Amino acid sequence: MRIASRLLALVCLLPLAALAQEKVVKIGVLNDQSGLYTDLGGPGSVIAAKMAAEEFGNKVAGMPIEIVTADHQNKPDIGSSIATKWIDVDKVDAILDVPNSGVSLAIAKIVADKNKVFIDSGAATSDLTGKACTPNTVHWTYDTWALANGTGKEVVKAGGDTWFFLTADYAFGKALERDTTAVVQANGGKVLGSVLHPLNTPDFSSFLLQAQASKAKIIGLANAGGDTINSIKSASEFGIVQGGQKLAGLLVFISDVHALGLKTAQGLQLTTAFYWDHDDKTRAWSKKFAARHGGKMPTMVQAGVYAGVLHYLKAVQALKSDEDGKAVVDKMKAIPTDDPLFGKGSVRADGRTIHPMYLYEVKKPAESKGPWDYYKLIREIPADQAFRPLSQSDCPLITKK
Amino acid sequence: MTARVAAETRASVPDRAPTRVDIRSLRLPIAIMIVIALGAPFVIYPVFLMKMLCWALFACAFNLLIGYVGLLSFGHALFFGAAGYLAGHAAKVWGLPFELSVLTGMGTAAVLGLVVGWIAIRRQGIYFAMITLALAQLFYFFCLRAPFTGGEDGIQGVPRGKLFGALSLDDNRAMYFVVLAIFLLGFFFILRVIHSPFGQVLKAVRENEPRAVSLGYKSDQYKLIAFVLSAALSGLAGALKTIVFQLASLDSVYWTTSGEVILMVLLGGLGTVFGPVVGAVVIVCVESYLAQLGGWVTVVQGVLFVVCVLAFRRGIIGELSRVLHRPL
Amino acid sequence: MNTVFGVPIQALFSQLLVGLINGSFYALLSLGLAVIFGLLNVINFCHGALYMLGALVAWLMLEHFGIGYWGALIIAPIAVGLFGALIERTMIKRIAGLDPLYGLLLTFGLALIIQGVARNYFGVSGEPYEIPPQLTGGRNLGFMFLPNYRAWVVLVSVLLCGSTWYVTERTRLGSYLRAATENPLLVQAFGINVPRMITITYALGVGLAALAGVMAAPIYRVNPLMGADLIIVVFAVVVIGGMGSIFGSILTGFGLGVIEGLTKVYYPEASSTVVFVIMAIVLLLKPAGLFGRTA
Repeated sequence: MRIASRLLALVCLLPLAALAQEKVVKIGVLNDQSGLYTDLGGPGSVIAAKMAAEEFGNKVAGMPIEIVTADHQNKPDIGSSIATKWIDVDKVDAILDVPNSGVSLAIAKIVADKNKVFIDSGAATSDLTGKACTPNTVHWTYDTWALANGTGKEVVKAGGDTWFFLTADYAFGKALERDTTAVVQANGGKVLGSVLHPLNTPDFSSFLLQAQASKAKIIGLANAGGDTINSIKSASEFGIVQGGQKLAGLLVFISDVHALGLKTAQGLQLTTAFYWDHDDKTRAWSKKFAARHGGKMPTMVQAGVYAGVLHYLKAVQALKSDEDGKAVVDKMKAIPTDDPLFGKGSVRADGRTIHPMYLYEVKKPAESKGPWDYYKLIREIPADQAFRPLSQSDCPLITKK
Repeated sequence: MTARVAAETRASVPDRAPTRVDIRSLRLPIAIMIVIALGAPFVIYPVFLMKMLCWALFACAFNLLIGYVGLLSFGHALFFGAAGYLAGHAAKVWGLPFELSVLTGMGTAAVLGLVVGWIAIRRQGIYFAMITLALAQLFYFFCLRAPFTGGEDGIQGVPRGKLFGALSLDDNRAMYFVVLAIFLLGFFFILRVIHSPFGQVLKAVRENEPRAVSLGYKSDQYKLIAFVLSAALSGLAGALKTIVFQLASLDSVYWTTSGEVILMVLLGGLGTVFGPVVGAVVIVCVESYLAQLGGWVTVVQGVLFVVCVLAFRRGIIGELSRVLHRPL
Repeated sequence: MNTVFGVPIQALFSQLLVGLINGSFYALLSLGLAVIFGLLNVINFCHGALYMLGALVAWLMLEHFGIGYWGALIIAPIAVGLFGALIERTMIKRIAGLDPLYGLLLTFGLALIIQGVARNYFGVSGEPYEIPPQLTGGRNLGFMFLPNYRAWVVLVSVLLCGSTWYVTERTRLGSYLRAATENPLLVQAFGINVPRMITITYALGVGLAALAGVMAAPIYRVNPLMGADLIIVVFAVVVIGGMGSIFGSILTGFGLGVIEGLTKVYYPEASSTVVFVIMAIVLLLKPAGLFGRTA
């Protein structure tokens, strides 16, 4: 027994040897690689992160850049155990992506406690820059407020003033319905009713019938991923659009439209932060991305990972160090953002990245000139109007001042 | 007698009754296990080890039910998750100290175990499994909607607290030794239960229930007590897990968690003493190291299930015990 | 306007009809499972994955061979059925004498493998699959708009359920099958190749699942996880109906569709959980299910 414990003690000394390693900037891409959100982030986000690192020649401030990835399977406890292991053992400095609002809130807290950097590009909850904001969190791409504001306001202004919601029965869906309801009512519209459906419902015929019966002009889809796709598919089958009602998808990704096909999805209006065919710069980057991603064009989440990593590396370059997470994030807030995908913007004091949002409509099959040519632009929402104003923020970093 | 009826009255899973183990012969394997456990946190990340210990305790509790009573429950996630939620709520909202939070969780699981067990015990085989599954899914639905569970965000930021008001558990290593101590308590308790007169009756009921009943033993009561014990210990594991990770989430009550613990026990060896521990360690390692492979983790789990059932039914420890000619 | 608990009668009828349509789907899916358990005593947990394979094969045939829906209806069940026969021959036979719960664990593992591999190659969002042109559109029934395709689903389901029940309960082939599982040795002594019958039966059950998958492809999404969501519900249907009874599964399938439809009107959030409530209640009152044969 004693020999065994002495041997064990000797073995303990081995890790010390590992400390004499060169300092590395380690970036961890944590997302869903096997479940509902695989296609909007997944392995594509890892590719996006690598492309950003390559912009710097895979080295920043003299330190090599290393990218690791893991699958959180949409489970907060798997996500948080990966994050704690990454930070404590693997010396990861920044965590990216993290779709799924529940997981992202857990990660935000862990990263803040351990003073690293968290750049979320996948989750929707506006609480990340609201009541759960931290000095170590940056929320890129989109949030429920921006989506509600974009689609909700524009649709009401275009004449869709009566709404009926199909809401996914969980926090994200209900938040989306709540935010959009506020926007609709503030712009003179009315909400005629709503129905809560369980997550992962394959068949929406019953709920759509209720929406039809309400005679609302707009059926708002306060859900995401598979549920949105199923709703739209059932709607086209039951002749909802032919009957005169319009669908407003509150959270739709290009991967969803691709899965639906233009014939089914045509006419759908959606708000997004990024579309690959927007201008020459986005086109050039997206083609390079697609070449590495099996021909699939990037979603806004994946674009957000690229831009987030790029901006993070710029901050590390300026500070010449990545040790102090809060300092890096402060630097990210000090430097204005500028990348080929989102254009010029900035990171606000509450961690929210400000950039323009866009309202698109899905093309009819006849209007599309080739694969992935899905959207036509309705309106650009300027950066200063797209996100919740600081005056309405409940982020402790802001309200304490 | 039709084949189907025969199947129902045949000895249920596992297909071979576990031999009664003389505790004394286990001294060496137990000592090895303790030594490894004591030295491990200095070499391996303690949080990772604690995850293994929580799952190992859960697996041992589950093994009590399936290995020694012969009942396959598909709803054990109910106890694991419910205890986790109550412990988290107790620690975070009610501000109870560590020991009381864990006990709250465990107590909740025991009560739920009594309710579920009372409902389900009268059935056998697949029907028992299905009732437990149905009840577990109902509980999942309740957790999804009840405000105190936080829905799919779960209860976040559960404080670790202090042990007996003195030892701060925020340090991972300190927490580890506390968890290890609790795990060993649970492990030895189960060992003792199996090697008691109570355990003898359970074995008799499992092998030939009508005969046990004719001898005057109220088999349903024995099964119910075993069920409650299994539920309570699963709850202990769940409560510990919540405190360690400072998070109680919805997927602890989803049926896939029940599936995972079945896999661990199957892989380790049904009805063996060390089987569940080994199974838990292996599965947690596999999941962790394969996390980089992303989507392939579930495929590997599937392959493990298939291989275990086809060729490896005794599990790792079962095969080892056969090779060494000693019960483990 | 007349209302029932606050819901107008017209709306209620339309919901009931929609429920019946969904129920016919459940019945079709649980049919294969009931056949496999009722006749073979195998708890086939990979039924959902095989259903998904049916839809996936249909999509693949369209993408790569240009074979449309009608061809897929015939080819996909045969292809997946053959795959099922392979599974039965190589794996399920080896655990034939054991407790049926081992069969459950084995098929559960198979389901994980099939779904995981499909997901890694096809992603989770799914692929588009159109309703065949002959079945698009619908008719206005006055209280609702009924898509033609959904009516088609009900028709196929009723036909298949009826004929399967008839074959197993009323024909000589069916009686051979039932005898073969009750007393294989004796039946084999009569010169009937029992192992082959069992393989064929399993393949038939699997083929039914794949057929349901092809029928689902135009209206639900073709995605690798489509079976995982449904398998638990289908299982519950079979258990409620009684695991030995094909008639029980059919009836329960339709019934569940209707009850779910009602739930969606009055308490929609619970619509995916109501099946478990029913299962718990039924199992407590009638332990072998509504029409089950053993206690």
